[in-house]
Amino acid sequence: MSEDVRATIRDFITGNFPDLALKDDEDIFELGFVNSLFAMQLVMFIEKTFSLRVPNQELRLDSFRTIDSMAKLVERLSSDAQISTG
Amino acid sequence: MTVPATDPGRSRHAQYPGRKETAGLDKIRAFVDTEIAPFADAWDQAEQLPSELLTRIGELGLWAPFLPPDDGGSGMDWTGIGQVHEEIGRGCSSVRSFLTVHTMVTWTVQRWGSAEQQARWLPRLATGELIGAFCLTEPDSGSDAAAMGTVAQPADSGWILNGHKKWMTAGQVAGLLLVFARTEAGMSAFLVPADTPGVRISPLNAVMGTRASMLAEIVLREVHVGPDALIGPPGWAAGTVMTGALDLGRYSVACGCVGVVQACLDACVAYTSKRRVRDGRLSELQLIRRKISDMVVSSRAARLLCAEAGRLKDTDDPATIMATWVAKYHASTAATAAASDAVQIHGANGFVSDYPVARLYRDAKVAEIIEGSTELQQITIADEAYREVAR
Ligand SMILES: Cc1cc2nc3c(=O)[nH]c(=O)nc-3n(C[C@H](O)[C@H](O)[C@H](O)COP(=O)(O)OP(=O)(O)OC[C@H]3O[C@@H](n4cnc5c(N)ncnc54)[C@H](O)[C@@H]3O)c2cc1C
Repeated sequence: MSEDVRATIRDFITGNFPDLALKDDEDIFELGFVNSLFAMQLVMFIEKTFSLRVPNQELRLDSFRTIDSMAKLVERLSSDAQISTG
Repeated sequence: MTVPATDPGRSRHAQYPGRKETAGLDKIRAFVDTEIAPFADAWDQAEQLPSELLTRIGELGLWAPFLPPDDGGSGMDWTGIGQVHEEIGRGCSSVRSFLTVHTMVTWTVQRWGSAEQQARWLPRLATGELIGAFCLTEPDSGSDAAAMGTVAQPADSGWILNGHKKWMTAGQVAGLLLVFARTEAGMSAFLVPADTPGVRISPLNAVMGTRASMLAEIVLREVHVGPDALIGPPGWAAGTVMTGALDLGRYSVACGCVGVVQACLDACVAYTSKRRVRDGRLSELQLIRRKISDMVVSSRAARLLCAEAGRLKDTDDPATIMATWVAKYHASTAATAAASDAVQIHGANGFVSDYPVARLYRDAKVAEIIEGSTELQQITIADEAYREVAR
């Protein structure tokens, strides 16, 4: 699953910023292309694509810093959702 | 003689081709025609909205109908909210401004609030017992929100806020302030009851447009709030609370501007059908008819762009953010163009408060400044265009 999640997130980011050659562990905030508008789009994209709601405590820059950290967030929240729905 | 801004007898919106209207919109239209539009100029002159009107809006469930019924709303979707804000904007942009900021604050509590924050604030926000004010702009920080000077420092139990906010719509009567401030972690958002010691609210009068929107300047001096005042992710309010709320504000303003264009059209059709000049009725003159046709086309185009933004919101599609920028840019510039033509068509009568178009002209201009100015929209939309081409 993890590679699929990574690829989906990568596609969304590079779909918006086609000139970007982004590695999975690269800090997207340090690269300087993420403004507040794209940050919100990213949160919405992750919530819609993976059918989850990112709770406040997970809405940290660190959770969204790299493709890897976003994929981990998705996996964490998806397994939480599976546990809570039994 | 005063030509009314609207003609209550005519259900003119039934003519919008193919539009599915939200339930009860006909009642809201009647409310606007009878209880808002006829009084909008008087409120504009008095520079305030009567408290009975705010109560009436609550009785009609219009403060936050997007909330689920359990939280006091009616679960209305964003497409429906857009139609409601268009109707209200047709009657009075000051009233629409109240709904805009109240929507931004209430949505923030619903979307980012903890269960405790929601239980504490939503019931009173839903009824309008408590009006929300959105407090981002400062005397030296407008378009550039990152230049904000207001700070929140952690205290023994909670936070101490210091800063100066300016241009808060509904600030004179708001009970709950959504205040953006810097913290060590970055920009954060706080829910501050307006009666908290250290909050000083002063009215801003003699503004050019949306004069009845009861603007205020708000100074925060050593304002102590509890830990539960912090809302949303600490340090990352810019990419979440602020952008999300501004997106809805932009949507509301865009829809309100569709109403402004419609009001210009209605006023001009009524006026030109009666007014005679040497060459006949104004309505018979080609140069006048051209302006009327422009209003018809721009209102429909703006309405469709707003409907598209609303549809994307209703499906949680991230594309709604750009669609809303596009809708607001088009609708706000269409509104200023239509209002300018409307004043022109009315001649000297367009220059006085006997007719609604002078107010529409002043109100329309505000929409090009707030929720992302025209220039910021042009920058953002063009950036997106270059990205799209490169895709
Ligand atoms: C009636 C009214 C109601 C308001 N209500 C609220 C409210 O409820 N809450 C709130 O927080 N604020 C509110 N505001 C403030 C509003 O959001 C700001 O006025 C707006 O963000 C613009 O900021 P500014 O006025 O400081 O203009 P500036 O940021 O000083 O901009 C001045 C001009 O420069 C242009 N400009 C700025 N940056 C650039 C750039 N990079 N490139 C090109 N041009 C640029 C702008 O488009 C504008 O034309 C309200 C304002 C008004 C007039």
